Amino acid sequence: MRTAPVLNQHDESSRTAQRGARRSAQAAQGYGLATPYLLLLPAIVVYACFMLFPLGRAVQLSLYDWNGLTVGVWAGFDNYLRLATDGELRAAFGHALVLIVFYCVIPIVLGLIIAAILNRAKVKGLGFFRTIYFLPQVIALVVAATAWRSIWGLDGSLNAVLKAIGLGGLAQDWLGSYTLALPAVGVIGTWLEIGLVMVLLLAGMGRIPHELYEAARLDGAGAVREFFSVTLPSVRGEIAVAATLTIVAALKNFDLVYMTTHGGPGGTTSVPSYEVYNQAFMVKQVGLASAIGVTLTLLIFIINLIVNRVADKVTS
Amino acid sequence: MISRFERSMNYVVLGVFAILILGPLVNIVTQSLGAPIGTSGGIHPENFVTAWEQGQFSKYLLNSVLVTVVVVGLSLVTSVLGGYALGTMRFPGSGAIFYVFLLGIMVPTEAIIVPLFFDLRALGLTDTVWGVALPQVAMSTAFGVYWMRTYFRSSNRAVSEAARIDGAGTLRTLWFVQLPIARPAIITLVVLLFLWTWNDFLTPLVMSPRGTMRTAPLGLAFFTGQHTTDTTLLAAAAILVALPVAIVYLFLQRHFIRGMIDGAVKD
Repeated sequence: MRTAPVLNQHDESSRTAQRGARRSAQAAQGYGLATPYLLLLPAIVVYACFMLFPLGRAVQLSLYDWNGLTVGVWAGFDNYLRLATDGELRAAFGHALVLIVFYCVIPIVLGLIIAAILNRAKVKGLGFFRTIYFLPQVIALVVAATAWRSIWGLDGSLNAVLKAIGLGGLAQDWLGSYTLALPAVGVIGTWLEIGLVMVLLLAGMGRIPHELYEAARLDGAGAVREFFSVTLPSVRGEIAVAATLTIVAALKNFDLVYMTTHGGPGGTTSVPSYEVYNQAFMVKQVGLASAIGVTLTLLIFIINLIVNRVADKVTS
Repeated sequence: MISRFERSMNYVVLGVFAILILGPLVNIVTQSLGAPIGTSGGIHPENFVTAWEQGQFSKYLLNSVLVTVVVVGLSLVTSVLGGYALGTMRFPGSGAIFYVFLLGIMVPTEAIIVPLFFDLRALGLTDTVWGVALPQVAMSTAFGVYWMRTYFRSSNRAVSEAARIDGAGTLRTLWFVQLPIARPAIITLVVLLFLWTWNDFLTPLVMSPRGTMRTAPLGLAFFTGQHTTDTTLLAAAAILVALPVAIVYLFLQRHFIRGMIDGAVKD
C-alpha cells in the first residue's frame, strides 16, 4: 500500500451528463474506440496480476486451514471465528487501538494546539522547519527503528540521561518491559507522524481568511473561543486527512514492530500487521494469516469511509 | 495585537519542536562516529567503511538500485499511459476502472503478500528481481494512475486538441505535447515512487526468502541481528541506508512534501 487518498464522491458527477457527447467528442479529438483501453492495458495487466488476483487469493486462502506445504483443508469461517475469540489475536487488534492513540490522537491534539499558537502570528522561514518536521516521513522505518532502539535500549541514551540526572533507578530495558514496550513503540509512532500532522494543519490554518478572526474579535472572543469557533471548524478537512493517514500508518507498522520488539515481550506489542507475517511464515498458519490480512484491509476501507463521511458532513 | 514577544515565542516553539524531531537522528549520527567496542575515544569515520564491508552493503545497495529502477521505470509507464486515458478521454467503464485503482491504493501490502509469496514461489519468481519488483509495480501503479489522472484532468486540454487537429496521433500528442508540460507532476511521482520502493521492507523480506534479492533496509535488519552489541556500526549502517533518500529529499523536498500531502488531499 502506498498512501491513502481521500475519496471524493462528487468526482464523477458531471460525467454521466456528458455521455451523449462522447462519440462526437471522440471523433473530434481523433482517437479510436479502443485507444483508451489500449493505453490502460499495461496498468490493468500488472494491477490485475499482482494486486487484484492476490487479493482474491487472500480471501480464498483465509477460508482454508493450510500450513503452506500439504493440501489445505476447507475451514469456512473458522479462521475469522478464531480472530474474534482467540485472546492473543484479539489482543493484537487491541494493541493496534492503543497505537492509534499514539499515531493519530496525540499528534492531532498536540498539532492543533501548536499550529494554532503559531498561526496567530505569521512567522517567516516556515519552509525550513517544514523540511525538518517532514524528515521522519522520508527516512526508512527500519532506520527510524534503529535510531529509537539506541534511545530505548538498556545502554541507550534515555537511560544515560536518567543516570546523569540522578534517576538511575528508573533506568531499564524499555522495549523489553511488559508494561512499557507498547507505549515505547507508540512514542516512536508519535515522533513519526506529528511533523506530517503539523505541516497539514499549518497549511490549513494559513488558508483561513483573516476577516473571520477579526469578526470573532469584534464579538469579543478570546484566544480560546477563537480557536473553537473559527480555527477548529476551518481545518476539519485537514484533520480528516491527518486522521486517515495516521490511522493507516498505525495499522501497517510491520517494519517498526519487526525491528524493535518482534511483537514481544510475551506478545505485548504484537499487532495485526506483524501477526500476518508471524502466522504465515513462523507459525505456518497461512489461512489464519490471510484472514488477518483481509480483516486489516476491511478495517482500513471502513476507517477511510467513516473519516470521509464525517468530514463531508461537517463541511457541507 | 500580536506582540513582538509572541512572535519570538513562536520561533522558540518551532525550534523546540525541530530539536525533538531531529534529536533521535542526530543521536545516531553522533553514535556512528563514536568509538567502536575495543577502541578508545575520538571521531571514527572508518565505522562507515567497516559497516559497509561487514554488512555487505555494496551488494544490498546494488539490489536496492536494481529493484528501484525496475519499479519506478515500469510504474511510470503504466501510470502515465493509464492516467492519460482516464484523465483526458471519455469511454464506457472509465469510472469503474478508476474506482478499482483507487481501492488498490488502500490495500495494505500485508493483505496480498502471503498469497503472492506462495504463488510466485510456485512460478519460481521468489528470490528474483521480478518477484520483489512486480508486486511493488502493482501497488505503485494504483497510486500512479490516480496521480496522473488527477494531473491530466486539470491540465490544459486545448493544447492537445490543437496537436490533434494538426494530425498528431494519441501517443505522439502525449509524448511531444503533454509530457513536457507534465514534468513537475511526473517528477513528484518519480520522487514518491523512489521513496516508497527504496524504503519498502515487507515485500523484499517475504519475496526473497533466501536473501539473494535483499535490499538495503533488509541488509540493515540482518546486520542488526549480527551486531546487536556494537551500536556504532549499527548506527553507521543505518545512515548508509538512509543517505540516498536523505540526499534526494534535501534537493527535492518540495516534491516530497507536495506529493505526500496532495496525494492525500487532492480530488
